[in-house]
Amino acid sequence: MSETIKTDVLIIGAGPVGLFAVFELGLLDIKAHLVDILDKVGGQCAELYPEKPIYDIPAVPMISGQGLVDALKQQIKPFNPTFHLGEMVVTLEKIGDPLFRVTTDRGKLFEAKAVAIAAGGGSFQPKRPPINGIEPYEGKSVHYAVRKMDVFRNKRLLIVGGGDSALDWTLNLQPIAKRLTLVHRRDEFRSAPDSVNKMRALVASGAMDLKIGQVTLLEGSDGQLAAASIKGSDGAITRVECDAMLPFFGLTMKLGTVADWGLKLENNLIPVDTGTFETAIPGLFAIGDINTYPGKLKLILSGFHEGALMAQKAYHYVYPEKRLVFQYTTSSTSLQKKLGVA
Amino acid sequence: MPKITFIEHDGAKHTVEAEIGSTVMETALRNQIGGIVAECGGACTCATCLVHVDEAWSAKVGPPSAEEEDMLDFAFEVKPTSRLSCQVKVTEELDGLVVHTPAYQGR
Repeated sequence: MSETIKTDVLIIGAGPVGLFAVFELGLLDIKAHLVDILDKVGGQCAELYPEKPIYDIPAVPMISGQGLVDALKQQIKPFNPTFHLGEMVVTLEKIGDPLFRVTTDRGKLFEAKAVAIAAGGGSFQPKRPPINGIEPYEGKSVHYAVRKMDVFRNKRLLIVGGGDSALDWTLNLQPIAKRLTLVHRRDEFRSAPDSVNKMRALVASGAMDLKIGQVTLLEGSDGQLAAASIKGSDGAITRVECDAMLPFFGLTMKLGTVADWGLKLENNLIPVDTGTFETAIPGLFAIGDINTYPGKLKLILSGFHEGALMAQKAYHYVYPEKRLVFQYTTSSTSLQKKLGVA
Repeated sequence: MPKITFIEHDGAKHTVEAEIGSTVMETALRNQIGGIVAECGGACTCATCLVHVDEAWSAKVGPPSAEEEDMLDFAFEVKPTSRLSCQVKVTEELDGLVVHTPAYQGR
């Protein structure tokens, strides 16, 4: 475990609401670190609908998902937040009054005076194919991500999918694998044409196999895969012997570890006080789509409001001895200095 | 108003009214039909609103667009008549449409 990262507020989730919370906290001289499971900021806006228009951001008649994220990044730049991307928060425990200790799956350790959960619909995790009896193989010989390529050296690999991840890993792992078979439901790929051409050349030269169909059955024992059956579009079954399978079917949102942090959830949402957006645990806040309260609307604009009120309460935990004076960015020189415009 | 029949994987059958111009996905959510997740809310980016169009209706509903066909790569147990229901617009011609919802959408 590396050294402890100390911060005023830790924000879990770098979607639009987590990003704007940095702004509201920053105006109050509160420093923030953000952790997000995706390898980029923006949450659902960046992952699910970067090019789709959003029409209900106040004073912005139309903006794309990615456009909103880019604008928020620019808006919070003066506050220089630290991002920890591609990491999932695993544990969260209260160790002081209030002080929280938070760990990630990459072994990072944070200590924060307050924590804001801005996790939206949960964390993005790989979709699991509905193959009967896949569970015992997961993590042993069925993997949804490649952390260390060497694990697959001299193995017979089955890569399933037709997108960029499937093609990229096919090209990266083919040279070190004993034999690689790519399985896709159709003979067309949505991946970059260059990757597809490279893959087709490898197939043509006999260096790897391509099977068109869907995986229907796994064979093996004690979590170790031995073979997979692939059903073609004509219904014919082909059996391919393999040591490991890597399915790439995109991401889906799962509640994940939020359920383990000692909060009483309502329909997988976190109940909060609507004056402060604090949960039942003092110093632990929940803002955006992940929270619930009477009248809750899952709108980005609601999440912005929630972040502003959260910041007001968090101030008292970060600066318990100070009195907070409410100010406007239009007229306050002190706020304008923080924004770098005065 | 056109009617759509949703048949869930366990055989549960729901016939509901659908607004012209809305999508089959929106109709399913409005009527709390099981088996439709629609995580992205209709942006054709998540493949969690998969339906298998009944054979008898497949020709009338038509094939997916290239964009939708790409997204079908992220769905499971895709059949020749499968569609993402957020991409199927309700029209007068689809009155009586029958679609089957899968057991699993990836979450």
